[in-house]
Amino acid sequence: MIEFLVNQGWDKDVATGVALLLGVVAVSTFGLLWIILGIWVERKFAGRVQDRLGPNRTGPYGLFQTFADLGKLLTKEDITPQGADKVIYNMAPLISVGAVLLIWAVVPFSKEWIGSDLNVGALYFTAVGSFGTLAILLAGWGSNNKYALLGAFRVIAQLVSYEVPMVLSILVPVLLSGSMSMQEIVNKQNIWYIFVSPIAALLFFISSLAEVGRSPFDLIEAESEIVAGFNIEYSGMKFGMFYAAEFLHAFTICVLASILFLGGWRGIGAEIPGVAGSLLGFVWLFTKTLGVYFLLMLIRNTVPRIRIDQMMAFNWKFLVPLSLVNLLVVAFVGKILQPDYVGVTAAATASSGLLSLVYQLLGPNLIAEIPRAVVIFIASVILWWLVSMVMQRYAIFEHLKAQTLVKEYKPYSPSPEQPTSAPVPSAGR
Amino acid sequence: MVPLNAYLIVAAGLFSIGMFAALARRNVIAILMGVELMLNAVNINLVAFWRFLTPATEASSGLKVGMSGQAFAAFVFVVAAAEVAVGLALIISMYRNRRTVIAEDVDTLRY
Amino acid sequence: MQNIDLIQWIAFVILSILVLGGGLLVVTDRNLFHGALWLLVSLFGVAGLFVMLSAPFLAAVQVLVYMGAIVILIIFAIMLTRRMMGIRESVNARWPIGLVMSALAFLVVSFILTLASSSQLLAYPANVAVQPDSLINFGKALVDTNQYALPFELASLLLTAALIGSIVIAREDG
Repeated sequence: MIEFLVNQGWDKDVATGVALLLGVVAVSTFGLLWIILGIWVERKFAGRVQDRLGPNRTGPYGLFQTFADLGKLLTKEDITPQGADKVIYNMAPLISVGAVLLIWAVVPFSKEWIGSDLNVGALYFTAVGSFGTLAILLAGWGSNNKYALLGAFRVIAQLVSYEVPMVLSILVPVLLSGSMSMQEIVNKQNIWYIFVSPIAALLFFISSLAEVGRSPFDLIEAESEIVAGFNIEYSGMKFGMFYAAEFLHAFTICVLASILFLGGWRGIGAEIPGVAGSLLGFVWLFTKTLGVYFLLMLIRNTVPRIRIDQMMAFNWKFLVPLSLVNLLVVAFVGKILQPDYVGVTAAATASSGLLSLVYQLLGPNLIAEIPRAVVIFIASVILWWLVSMVMQRYAIFEHLKAQTLVKEYKPYSPSPEQPTSAPVPSAGR
Repeated sequence: MVPLNAYLIVAAGLFSIGMFAALARRNVIAILMGVELMLNAVNINLVAFWRFLTPATEASSGLKVGMSGQAFAAFVFVVAAAEVAVGLALIISMYRNRRTVIAEDVDTLRY
Repeated sequence: MQNIDLIQWIAFVILSILVLGGGLLVVTDRNLFHGALWLLVSLFGVAGLFVMLSAPFLAAVQVLVYMGAIVILIIFAIMLTRRMMGIRESVNARWPIGLVMSALAFLVVSFILTLASSSQLLAYPANVAVQPDSLINFGKALVDTNQYALPFELASLLLTAALIGSIVIAREDG
């Protein structure tokens, strides 16, 4: 791209600037365009789960429904509530979209396509993710509305808490690959990290569900409790921006999950240099992402919302301790069993016959990582078994507590003369 | 290349602003924000000195590349985080007991 | 080379305006909530300066710790004590002394700096090529027993102490 422009007679610095600008535009436009299609996919899927058709009137299969909605949002009256902090109120939707789009700068789409391969990529995306928290806080404050402020308080409590297990689970791929650069994490991922440390993948998935406020953690917009949460006062396109940001964030989380734990763009043929390999890598990444997204939609449409105290307890009493222990285990085993790339490569070149065929088929790097992967996997399984034992104890304890509560329960009778004759509900049922 | 002096002057300005906030504001939270500004000014200085001085002096003498500046900046982060956590806890507690966040209203120790 | 120099200067000036302007508005803005947001702008400028000083790790940590945690905590405290938002005088009676003191501090420091640079005291060569693996070096320095392993552990102890202490202080029945 740059060479092409320079060949056309452009100044080199200007050409670099233009190429960078075009890259930024391409990446962010891709994200925003995907929203339009993705909302349709999501609504159609929700429709099928709930045994209805979903959007089907506008265009073939209702494909143009989102455009119609967009038109509606754009033509709606743009309301700024009285007493609102105008600048903050108008800035919040922009920040919430920007925070998500900033993450896409470090997403490696293929071996060669990446916005910016920062050497602190993993840290970068957690950092810019916190702008989203800020946007919600601004929206809640700027609206001058009690429900909005209440909603914002709840959201902040949720997001700040769930950031802890998320960062701790991101640390596992960082430890295993020995780098914080997203491209390097993918490059080193000869064995998908979900097979190495399934607990970390699970923790990342759960805590990022909470980060984007998808059910069962959608207390952010618990419409039955706090009307609509922080975005109650927003209308028209400003609401649309919040909606788009939330949607895009959910999708971005899926992209990150597939990069960190599912091998990113890696797949058959993605290593080929040039455009063909890059396209293949992009397709692989997108396929994996859609797989994760499918799971996300399934959870959203089938799991009920949890209570706020349950949410906090789940985070601080379950996710955080588990992620800490998991990180310790991975760090310990990873330190002892460092993959011996050089030795295995030497062995591969020295071997012959069937062994050599195996080496060529799998690649020496993958074989070098196998011992570490197996040991960490076994450790994870043992850890999960221990955790489930603890949870079983806890469940039995809670069950007994509930049983005693049921036994002591006396139905309310309006007349004091009549003794309560209603049968006590038996605990066995 | 922007020279070291430019960074140091910006840091000095930020430090003075923070100092003014810490000396003159009445609201305790504003004072705390001033302290944050001062800590950041210190951080700019530490990193700037590291960037401009360390590689020239230590790399030439054959030692490992020094990381003192960055390490100290990281410790300043830790201290800042701890300070804000305790400071805000104190402010909340003060507000609950005395219904005020004005620094001069909490002067029981003076008598 | 000239071009890159110019771009760096432009970036530096913009970031300095963010840092100093944001800082000034933190001090002068009556609305404490806006003050906290200006603090955010100022700290973002500092993160930018860190990037210019080739310390991207510190820049990311700056954004993560300050914007993700500290400023949000401060805003929380402002919201919890927001009955006090309507304070009429934002500065105390002795503010001129504070102003003179801080102005004096700034002038003295910049005077010394100009003096030092003219007398070649601070005229260090700017030829420093920063090693590309400075991040790895940094990580190793933090856990190297000859360098910063002990302070690093002490820092974690400090954080734990601060965590417990703030919970004890802010507890309802405390």
